[in-house]
Amino acid sequence: MPDDIPPAAPATGSTPSAGAPSGAAASTAPAAPSAPAALELRDISKAFGQVIALRSGTLRLESGSIHALIGENGAGKSTLVKIIAGLYQRDAGEFLLGGESVDFRSTAESKAAGIAVIYQEPTLFPDLSVTENIFMGRQPLKGLRRIDRAAMREQALGLFQRLGVRIHPDRPARGLSIADQQIIEIAKAISLDARVLVMDEPTAALSGVEVDRLFAVARALRDEGRALLFISHRFDEVFALCDTVTVMRDGAYIATQPIAETDTAKLVRQMVGRDVAELFPKQEAVIGDELLRVEGLTSPLFADVDLSVRSGEIVGLAGLVGAGRSEVVRAVFGVDRYDSGTVTVEGRALAPHDPTAAMRAGLALVPEDRRAQGLVLGTTVARNLTMAIRSKLTKAGILTRAAENQAARVWASRLEVKSSALDAEVGTFSGGNQQKVVLAKWLATNPKVLIVDEPTRGIDVGTKSEVHRLLSELAGQGLGILMISSELPEVLGMADRVIVMREGRVTAELSRADANPESVMSAATGAGAAA
Amino acid sequence: MSAATTSFARRGVLGRLSALAAARETGIFLALVLVLVVTTAKSPSFLFSADGFRDLLLTPSTLVLIAVGQAIVIITRNVDLSVGSIIGLTAYLTGVLFKYNPGLPIPVVMLLAVLFGAGLGLVNGVLVSVAKVPSLVITLGTLYAYRGINVVWTGSNRINASDMPRDFLAIGTAKLWVLPVITLIAVVVLVIAALVLRSSRSGRELYAIGSDPDAAHLYGLKVGRRVLWAFVASGTLAGLAGVLYTARYGTVDSQAGYGLELQAVGAAVIGGVAIFGGSGSVGGAALGAVLLLTINRALPVLGIPDFWQGAVVGVLIIAAIILDRLLALRQARKLTVMEDSAA
Ligand SMILES: Nc1ncnc2c1ncn2[C@@H]1O[C@H](COP(=O)(O)OP(=O)(O)OP(=O)(O)O)[C@@H](O)[C@H]1O
Ligand SMILES: [Mg+2]
Repeated sequence: MPDDIPPAAPATGSTPSAGAPSGAAASTAPAAPSAPAALELRDISKAFGQVIALRSGTLRLESGSIHALIGENGAGKSTLVKIIAGLYQRDAGEFLLGGESVDFRSTAESKAAGIAVIYQEPTLFPDLSVTENIFMGRQPLKGLRRIDRAAMREQALGLFQRLGVRIHPDRPARGLSIADQQIIEIAKAISLDARVLVMDEPTAALSGVEVDRLFAVARALRDEGRALLFISHRFDEVFALCDTVTVMRDGAYIATQPIAETDTAKLVRQMVGRDVAELFPKQEAVIGDELLRVEGLTSPLFADVDLSVRSGEIVGLAGLVGAGRSEVVRAVFGVDRYDSGTVTVEGRALAPHDPTAAMRAGLALVPEDRRAQGLVLGTTVARNLTMAIRSKLTKAGILTRAAENQAARVWASRLEVKSSALDAEVGTFSGGNQQKVVLAKWLATNPKVLIVDEPTRGIDVGTKSEVHRLLSELAGQGLGILMISSELPEVLGMADRVIVMREGRVTAELSRADANPESVMSAATGAGAAA
Repeated sequence: MSAATTSFARRGVLGRLSALAAARETGIFLALVLVLVVTTAKSPSFLFSADGFRDLLLTPSTLVLIAVGQAIVIITRNVDLSVGSIIGLTAYLTGVLFKYNPGLPIPVVMLLAVLFGAGLGLVNGVLVSVAKVPSLVITLGTLYAYRGINVVWTGSNRINASDMPRDFLAIGTAKLWVLPVITLIAVVVLVIAALVLRSSRSGRELYAIGSDPDAAHLYGLKVGRRVLWAFVASGTLAGLAGVLYTARYGTVDSQAGYGLELQAVGAAVIGGVAIFGGSGSVGGAALGAVLLLTINRALPVLGIPDFWQGAVVGVLIIAAIILDRLLALRQARKLTVMEDSAA
């Protein structure tokens, strides 16, 4: 299907230049062909005070084509998206839509011009039903301009069916899992029937099956002649879905090339300007005593869950989105209630529904939804990083800013949190860098058992391998790690043992040797022949 | 069609009934019935007398108007503390217009006073949406500012019934069949507001804005403009309440409407309008207003001393908020279970 690539721009800059490119020379790359591009950005720049988020954003989307945009965390991808959406106004550069120069002052204007945007962070109205969330401002009307709820509901069901998901159309958006939130965002964007569809990491929270459905929809939209922009940190997705790929680094355009003419190694080199260590660098660790044991854990959302984690072991918790994995670990950590079952840490039973006791016993949980559960967006990195270890840093009841900053600096540099200053507000960080702050915050507590829920969601290749190395190293030091991941290669690459869940129950427990894509997916979907 | 379309079938009769039973409005209504039954049992004339029945409907009518306005504002995650002062100013303006311009037709005077209320609401709205200062602060400021203007303007003056046309004052006591006209006006306003909030695009946008203002901005909703109109609506209804206040009581001094803003907020909260915006209905707020004032009238009948009345209202508000939390939690649990078992 990548045959229908439009007159492609020549790949320039495929040999990575040392240092940050000025962008001026490289960005003239896409020569102007006869038909105007669906959307074109030339040398867009954008600064927030001292921070230059974008130096020379250049991008050319053709109708009937899916275009990938990749780059490290903080490369400026989301900033570019927000300029396309009209949320930010560019400082300089050209923005053409169908050959016409445009100047969006608000997201309403870009929407009216036929651009639909899925932002990196879901932006839903928690009190309203998912149906209303999808159709807000464009609800179908009947006589007297009244909203036709029945028609709206039907349309929502139609969208869910097209996406192959089961979400109750009348339920409020509050309490949706992060994956379901993402799905609502996708439904919203599709229902706009836009000429240009921009998706900023739509798959970060989704697992295989949902991703496949999204891709099917994306391909159908492409074949209808729409232009799509797809941002992802997963290379397999970029290669499976996209026709063309643009790479950005440090806010600047690096190169655009047809997907057929490039490979992962080349892209990674363009992205980071150097070679990256191998992904999933699993070290052999000595597997020791059992640290965490969960028996018969049952709640309305899951039933009879047994699992254990030993010292030095990485246990992968695989399954489809909605299989109940996050719910189980939340119950284990004491955030949510459970009806029956026991949790023991190092042989001692843990009181249910008491996260403080869980932390004291040596558990740490890096949650899935960083916005709602992991970060305080309005405060500084240092504050966030040290929040969980405040009592440790406190001397005679006083927490000095110096102590806070020092502890923060260690972790920030270890995870390469790219930020000009530790006293910057976390809310202004790129999505991936926010994720790193959450991870660092919990690693700083020195836990015995680390539970991580999608630890590399939205994290770029370089840091991903760093996170994997770190987890592996922690296991080597005797930590037990329970890792939820929807990325199959990550589970298979990292885990000593894989536990698979489906519909709230454990359906398989596989040793490293027995775990392969087929065995995990068949346990996750419940059928060997599942599509 | 396929499973997805059939399994989330529309609610049947039973579903509708259970939704009705779960609705906050039903709870308030039942509480109201309870208060009426208990009080009437003790003193039958509380309900079964011409005066008793009239007071039941008439007393809360002005509060219903401003509670509806308040609900509209609170749904957008704002609050309008100036409504009591707007009532004061518009009530006095009504009297002054009649007193010094006897030639003006009654409807013109009423319209001018309502428009004046709208103007005062517009000032609130502009300040909130342009200055980007929380509405709590802005309207606390205008609460004092408007009242201050009122005091300066009125001085020790007082408008009396004799200053106003008889036909105007008749509105305060007139009835259509058994229903007081003022109550009818409140009901008409309520129905219109309920329709707009439930079934119009702009009404739903108010909920979206209150539910998450940042998301609303990102979505491209005109947050500032909608919030501004919510304040205009609140001011307009307060203006109308001011006019009706004058018609009903016949005398106006500089303290008309004093303290009503807190009753309006209380009524809305009791009626299930979430103080952080995004949910609730004007119908609930109206029922809250009726319950609040009916309890106030019932307590002396039941022999409960004056000074307990404030405490009862306080308990009611706190109970309403706790009830909301519990219901929300249960609802969230139920939905997740429902989806999971359907999968
Ligand atoms: N509103 C803002 N104020 C200050 N700085 C900002 C703001 N928005 C973005 N930035 C900065 O601009 C840079 C680019 O961020 P952006 O979100 O575009 O990155 P990204 O490429 O989307 O990264 P990721 O893959 O992690 O999502 C980051 O360093 C970020 O901290
Ligand atoms: Mg981003």
